[in-house]
Amino acid sequence: MGGMANLGEIVIEADEPVFHHAWEGRVHAMTVASPTRTNIDAGRHQRELIPGPEYLAMSYYEKWFRSLTELLVARGLATPAEIAAGRAAPGFEMSTPVLSAEAVADRLARRGSYLREGAAPLFAEGAAVRTRNLNPPGHTRLPRYARGRQGVIVARRGTHVFPDSHAHGKGEDPRPLYTVRFSARELWGPDANPRDSVCLDLWEPYLEPA
Amino acid sequence: MAHDHHDHEHDHDHGQEPPSDMALRVKALESLLVEKGLVDPAALDAIVDHFEHKVGPRNGARVVAKAWSDPAYKARLLEDASAAIAELGYAGGQGEHMVVVENTAAVRNLVVCTLCSCYPWPVLGLPPVWYKSAPYRSRAVIDPRGVIAEFGTPVADDVEVRVWDSTAEIRYLVLPQRPPETEGLDEAALAALVTRDGMIGTRPL
Repeated sequence: MGGMANLGEIVIEADEPVFHHAWEGRVHAMTVASPTRTNIDAGRHQRELIPGPEYLAMSYYEKWFRSLTELLVARGLATPAEIAAGRAAPGFEMSTPVLSAEAVADRLARRGSYLREGAAPLFAEGAAVRTRNLNPPGHTRLPRYARGRQGVIVARRGTHVFPDSHAHGKGEDPRPLYTVRFSARELWGPDANPRDSVCLDLWEPYLEPA
Repeated sequence: MAHDHHDHEHDHDHGQEPPSDMALRVKALESLLVEKGLVDPAALDAIVDHFEHKVGPRNGARVVAKAWSDPAYKARLLEDASAAIAELGYAGGQGEHMVVVENTAAVRNLVVCTLCSCYPWPVLGLPPVWYKSAPYRSRAVIDPRGVIAEFGTPVADDVEVRVWDSTAEIRYLVLPQRPPETEGLDEAALAALVTRDGMIGTRPL
């Protein structure tokens, strides 16, 4: 939604609590505990599948609740009737939680990484690149506002898990990741401030030499 | 979103009011997942406790205060932020690949995630509702000066604004400028000056 106009006012709340309702914390925790064993990219994609008009009308944790329940159904872990009733249908198969209470502290403090071994990066720091005009049917992390735009590589970030594949069960498919700077004028036209810029983290398949 | 705000004003868990539809639906889901052995309720308690009490902007404020006080630490922080932040004991999900961007007299930085709501949990905790809202996510990239002005302190015309859209697993933390006349303050006193919004970039400090 980057660059869209008229989506409402930014409402700043003083002394905001971490969770506004107890149920928000439970939804957050149930998602983090990962009963669906879903990777982060597939989870993001599931939230993107919420139709736009509904997405815009939902609060953040309403979206998390919806995507969690839809993933549980998609993975065959629960039926909509069970979710509505809050009780398992007779004859269900008992599971073991992915995350035990004892493992939570370690899991949340663990230094994970999305860096992987992979092909050497094609582009050097300082190289001029253009984003491809890609409009895939599934998940992507190339925002619409930055498609077909020219920018400069300002940092090479190593080879990272590629969400466009990872979200769709096609493995981690690691690709070189770059931070690319675009001038505000390139993105938004001649009325943008000539000093300003936007940096995005983009994988090599999104880019071509400029 | 205005919708969120409205909800929060009138839908708090006050105890004497009947539980909301969402509270009932979430409770039903948790009962089901516990019955099926898919989640451990004590693990959920521990996760909520972690995000309510163990992470939050005070972690990031400690990082900033140390960078202001210790030039060698600041150099490490700008070179390899994940490692420098881990020196203070902060690491974990949504902080795997940290990058710190420094505000100067000539440059202001602003962090957003236009695609979802990516945010550096280990150093800032969970994001405020406005950061996750469509108005902020849509406007921060096209009108960063307007957004910053709404937070109270407009950016001068001769200062460059750099927006960082968190489109991958890199997480950004803004290193605000150290305020003048703070030479005598120790790290704890400096940390008390640092705000969450200063580390997102919507305010100068």
